[in-house]
Amino acid sequence: MRIDERRQVCLLQPTDFRLRSADRVSITGASGSGKSVFLRTLALLEAPTSGEVLWKNQPVDALHIPAYRSRVSYLAQRPALMEGSVEDNLRFPYSLKVFQHLVFNREAVQTLLGHAGKTTDFLAKNAGDLSGGESQIVALIRTLQLGPEVLLLDEPTAALDPTSAGEVEALISAWSSASARAYIWVTHDLAQAQRMSDRRLHMDTGVLGEGGGR
Amino acid sequence: MNYQSLSALDLALAASLILINGALSLRLKLGLERQLFWAAVRTVVQLLAIGYLLGWVFEFAYWYVVLPLMCLMTLIAGTSAAGRGRRTYAGQRLDSILSVWGSSWLVTAVGLFVIIRIRPWYEPQYAIPILGMILGNTLTGVSLGIERMTQELTSGRASIEMILALGGSRWEAAQEPIRQAVRAGMIPTLNQMTVVGIVSLPGMMTGQVLAGQDPVEAVRYQIVIMFLIAASSALGTVGAVLLTYRRLFSADHRFLKDRLKERV
Repeated sequence: MRIDERRQVCLLQPTDFRLRSADRVSITGASGSGKSVFLRTLALLEAPTSGEVLWKNQPVDALHIPAYRSRVSYLAQRPALMEGSVEDNLRFPYSLKVFQHLVFNREAVQTLLGHAGKTTDFLAKNAGDLSGGESQIVALIRTLQLGPEVLLLDEPTAALDPTSAGEVEALISAWSSASARAYIWVTHDLAQAQRMSDRRLHMDTGVLGEGGGR
Repeated sequence: MNYQSLSALDLALAASLILINGALSLRLKLGLERQLFWAAVRTVVQLLAIGYLLGWVFEFAYWYVVLPLMCLMTLIAGTSAAGRGRRTYAGQRLDSILSVWGSSWLVTAVGLFVIIRIRPWYEPQYAIPILGMILGNTLTGVSLGIERMTQELTSGRASIEMILALGGSRWEAAQEPIRQAVRAGMIPTLNQMTVVGIVSLPGMMTGQVLAGQDPVEAVRYQIVIMFLIAASSALGTVGAVLLTYRRLFSADHRFLKDRLKERV
């Protein structure tokens, strides 16, 4: 459960939710119903007022939170890119301590770019010149190249045109079918929820329930 | 060299120069007349008051007179460093008092005990003006540092959360804001050190020269003071920025953005 400290409004009601490997879950619901808070709480970007997030049946202690977040990756609706080229952005995670054992793998990135219908010249583009859809693809590849076990997707296509949305869907489908990894996809597009998930949930004023997409 | 004493009439003549500012404000419709008036009054009253107070303190050169005065000066500096900026957070005043206090007292102690080696250390003729000059500059560094930090954290929120979500630690996520804030806090001192003696003649040195002191001797003091100021404002800025960082990032690597509030 999570309560907004300033407004004392309950944002997320007590929920018992379990995600298994290779699960493809969608959550639909109105704006402000608590879908984002739920994802952000799972990523431990927000602290639950009460209750716990367990990873492989263990609570995550403060020290291991960065490592946990590198396995359970949250992607914001609006991608945040840094100054520089697309490649600079894709190389950025390797400067973080959790990924210091990994190196930038150009072939893997090219494969991912291919799934999203992009060519290698895309890497040289300036991040500031990208469209919303292109930025979202960069943000996704930045995360996917690191091989997370769970993706928490916070309306990744809500602000995109249908073509870009299709590219994002293609990229995520390719990633999940290749690695059998789980994701939770928050969307308000019921057709997308039908297409992209096997288990459909619905959030209403902080209450998570089965049977989204009706 | 002799030295020209100033009468009350001389002061009134100088004060009348404020009429130039007043005329400009009226002519250009700046609406600053009230503020100008009060600024002028405060300049005269505060300086006269400190003059008499210092005259009194110099006569009673006891540590139990000097030390409380130094504490009071530090508290006022720390509090006014906290009063700026568009955004604030609970505990900002305490953070700014702590960083002003820690840095200025440490550096003043080095100045009084190690460099100038004045005995007793609380000799008010040295301790009070030196601490005062250090405080004035540290205050600027601290307030610019905190202001820039809160501003960077607000505008860079998406980047910070992105780095945290990727698996960055709170330290990694705050790197860029911290760097920008420390730079912002140190730039005024750097600028001052670059142009000193060419564009600007610092007030202390000018004062000593006007009072009949040998310029070469005055310059030596000024050099010492410049380095004390530089050290203290750098320490104060870093301290303030790090305290802000500790307030706004939790030990479990979350960015506590809700703690940042617009000042009302």
